[in-house]
Amino acid sequence: MSDHVVSVEDKAVLKKQLSTALRLQKFRAVLLVAPLLLFVLITFLVPIASMLTRSFYSPDFAREMPATAATISSWSGTDLPDENVYAALVQDLTSAQARKTIGSIANAVNMEVSGARSLIMKLGRNLDDIDPPYKQALDKLDPKWSNSETWQALQNLTPEYTGRFYLTAVDLLSDGHAEISLQPEDRRIYAPLFLRTFAIGAIVTLICLLLGFPVAYWLSALPLRYANVLMIFVLLPFWTSLLVRTTAWIVLLQNQGVINSLLVWAGAVGDGNRLPLIFNSVGTVIAMTHILLPFMILPLYSVMKTIPPSYLRAARSLGANQLTAFVRVYLPQTKPGVAAGCLLVFILSLGYYITPALVGGESGTLISNIIAHHVQKSLNWGLAAALSALLLLSVLILYWAYNRLAKVDGLKLG
Amino acid sequence: MSVFKTLQSTVFVVAAAAIGAPVLAQDGPITVVSFGGSYGDSIKQAYLAPFQQESGIKANMVDYNGGLGELRAQVESGNVTWDAVDMEAQDLVRACDDGLLEPLTDVVLPKSGDGSDGAADFIKGTLNDCGVGTIVWSTVVAFNSEMFQGKKPSKIADFFDVDRFPGKRGLMKKPQSALEWALVADGIADQDVYKVLATPEGVERALAKLDAIRDHIVWWDAHAQAPQLLADKEVSMTMAANGRIYTAAVVEKKPFVTIWDRQIWAEEFWAIPKGARNLDAAKKFISFASRPEQMAVQASKIAYGPARKSAAALASEEMRPYLPTDKANFATAIHNDVEFWADHGDAINERFLVWLNK
Repeated sequence: MSDHVVSVEDKAVLKKQLSTALRLQKFRAVLLVAPLLLFVLITFLVPIASMLTRSFYSPDFAREMPATAATISSWSGTDLPDENVYAALVQDLTSAQARKTIGSIANAVNMEVSGARSLIMKLGRNLDDIDPPYKQALDKLDPKWSNSETWQALQNLTPEYTGRFYLTAVDLLSDGHAEISLQPEDRRIYAPLFLRTFAIGAIVTLICLLLGFPVAYWLSALPLRYANVLMIFVLLPFWTSLLVRTTAWIVLLQNQGVINSLLVWAGAVGDGNRLPLIFNSVGTVIAMTHILLPFMILPLYSVMKTIPPSYLRAARSLGANQLTAFVRVYLPQTKPGVAAGCLLVFILSLGYYITPALVGGESGTLISNIIAHHVQKSLNWGLAAALSALLLLSVLILYWAYNRLAKVDGLKLG
Repeated sequence: MSVFKTLQSTVFVVAAAAIGAPVLAQDGPITVVSFGGSYGDSIKQAYLAPFQQESGIKANMVDYNGGLGELRAQVESGNVTWDAVDMEAQDLVRACDDGLLEPLTDVVLPKSGDGSDGAADFIKGTLNDCGVGTIVWSTVVAFNSEMFQGKKPSKIADFFDVDRFPGKRGLMKKPQSALEWALVADGIADQDVYKVLATPEGVERALAKLDAIRDHIVWWDAHAQAPQLLADKEVSMTMAANGRIYTAAVVEKKPFVTIWDRQIWAEEFWAIPKGARNLDAAKKFISFASRPEQMAVQASKIAYGPARKSAAALASEEMRPYLPTDKANFATAIHNDVEFWADHGDAINERFLVWLNK
C-alpha cells in the first residue's frame, strides 16, 4: 500500500469523502447555532417583519366594507359620489353593526378625517330610520355627509396595498388622485422630528468622541492594574438604571439644582438668571452623552490596546515630533475604534426616548416618542410602522455610507 | 398565511414568557392589571387580598402604563394573559369600539347597603357595555404654598396669570386638560369648552392663550414628575393628578395646595380583554370589586372618589375634603369629554405637537 500510486478513481472517491466530511462538519456547526438562529428569527426578525408589513398592507377596511370598497373606487373625487355608493355604505354599515365591528371602522376613518368617528357611530345608531334615497337621508342626518372630505377618506382607506402611511410619515398630503402636495405648515410634524432626532444624535456622537477619545487613550496607556480600576468608573453607568441616571441629572441641572446653586453661591450668575440647563435640548444632550459614553470608550479602548507603543517610539526616533507622530502614526490606527464607537452611539441615540421625554421639555420629543405614541395611544400601527421603517432605512443607508467613507471593511454592526 | 399566524402567536408566547408574564392554566389564578405605585397598593389592599381570601381564587397583580398597545397585541395574537384590566375612560371607549373587550353587561353588581339596586348606585357614566366603574379621579392644578407669600392662587385663571402669581408652570406634554383650561381662562363658558375646541379656530385660540405663558411652562411627561417639580420649587404651580397631590401633601407633609376650580374629572373602569382565559373568575372579581364596602376601603387609602354613591358615603370623614367628588370641590368641575377626544384627539394632538416644536 505504501508505494501505491493514487489512481484517478481513488482521487474522486477521496474528494467525495472529504466533501461529505466537510458537509457533516458544516451541518454540525449549523446545528450548534440553530437554537440562537431560531431564537433571533422568532423573537426579532418575524415581529419586526410583521410590524413593518402593516406600513403598506392594510386589508381590514376593504374586508369589512366590501360593497363600499367596490363602488367608491370609481368615484372621481369631485363633487359627491353617486347614490349607489351611499347605498353600499348603508349596507356595509348595517352588517358591520350586526358584527359589532362598526366601532373599529369608525376609528379607522377618524384617523383620516377628524370627527368622522362620531359621524359614523351616529349613522350606525340611526340605521333603522334611514330610507332611500340615501343621499338626502344622510345629509339630513348630518350635513357632514355632504362634505367630500369624508368620502375622500373612505376612498383612501379602500386599497389593500397603500402608500398613505409613508406619505403621512414624510408630511406629504395625497388627495387620492395622484396629486401629492406638502402638508400645510401648521401640520408638518414628522420631517422636522426626523431632522431633530438626527441632529441630536450627531451632536451626542461628536461630544462622546471628544470626551471618550482621551479617556480611552489614557486607559490604554496605563498599566493594567490601574486601568482595570479606572475601567470600573467607565462601566459604573452601565450598572445603574437608566431612570436613576436620568433623575440624577435632573437633580444636578435643574434651576434650584446643585450646579446652579454653586454658580449662584460663587457669584458667577445672579439668583434671578439661573441657567436653563434642563427641560431643553441642552439637558437632553448632557444626559444622553453621559449614558452613551461607555459605548464610545469601550470600542476605542479595545482598539487602542492592540496598537503597539513601539510604533509611536519608532516614529519619534525617526524624527517626527510628538504631534506628527500622533496624527500620522497613532490616529489612523484607531480608525476602526472611532468608526465602531461613533456608529454605536449614533444608532443607539436615534432610538432613545425615555431620556428626552423626561429631561427634554418642549424640545424633548424625538421620532421614537411619536412612534411609541402611535403604538400605545392612537393605535395607528400603520403609521408607526411606516415611521419605524423610515428610521430603520435611514440607519441602514447611513451605515452603508459610513462604511464606505470610513473604509473599515472588517467592521460589523455588533 | 396560517403558517404566518401560527408563527406569530408563537412569537407572542415566547415574548410573554420572556418578559415574565405568567402563561396561565385554564382555571388558574387571575391576572389583574393596573397602574402600580400607591394607587396599585390601594387596589391590592381593597380588592385583591380580600377577594383571594373570600373566593380562594388567587389574584396576581401586573403593572402597566395605560394605553392599548399591549392589550391589542394580546388579543390579536390570541394569547391573552390578562384577565381584568384597570382602564382610563378614553382607552376603554376605544378598546370597546375595536372589539378588544368582553361585554360586561352580565356582571352581577352587588346591591347597596340599604338594599337598593346596584346599577342605579353608580355615578352616571361609570357603567359601560365593556366596563364597570372603579373610581373618579381628576386633573387639577396644585401649587407650593411656600412660593406665594401674599395672595394665594385660587382659580384656574390664576394659572395663566404670571404677573400676579409669578413662577414657572408645570404642564403634562399633551393637549388634554391644558387646552380646556386655556379656553376657560380665556373667557369661554364651561359648557361651551368642547364645542369651541371642536373647531380649528378654537384650538388656535387655546394655543394662543398658552403662547402667552409659554416661556414659563415646564413640560413634564410622567405623573410622578408633577409633585417632584413642585417639591424642588422648579415650578410654583402645576397640573397634577389629584391623588398624587394628596399623597404628597397629607402623607409626606409637603406644603402643597390643590385648586379644585375647574378640576377635570374622568372615570376609571374594570374591563376584561376579549378571549381572557379566566373569564368567569375575572367577572367574579369585578363583581367583588363593585361592592360599596370594598370601594370605601380603597377610598380610605387614596384620594380618588369611588364610582358608587353609597361607597362615597362610607368613606372616612378625614378623607372627604380630598375627594374630587366632595360637594365643595365638585362645584365647577368639568367632565373630561371622552367622545370628544375620541373624535378629535388625533388631529388636536398633531396640531399640539407642531405648536410645541415651533
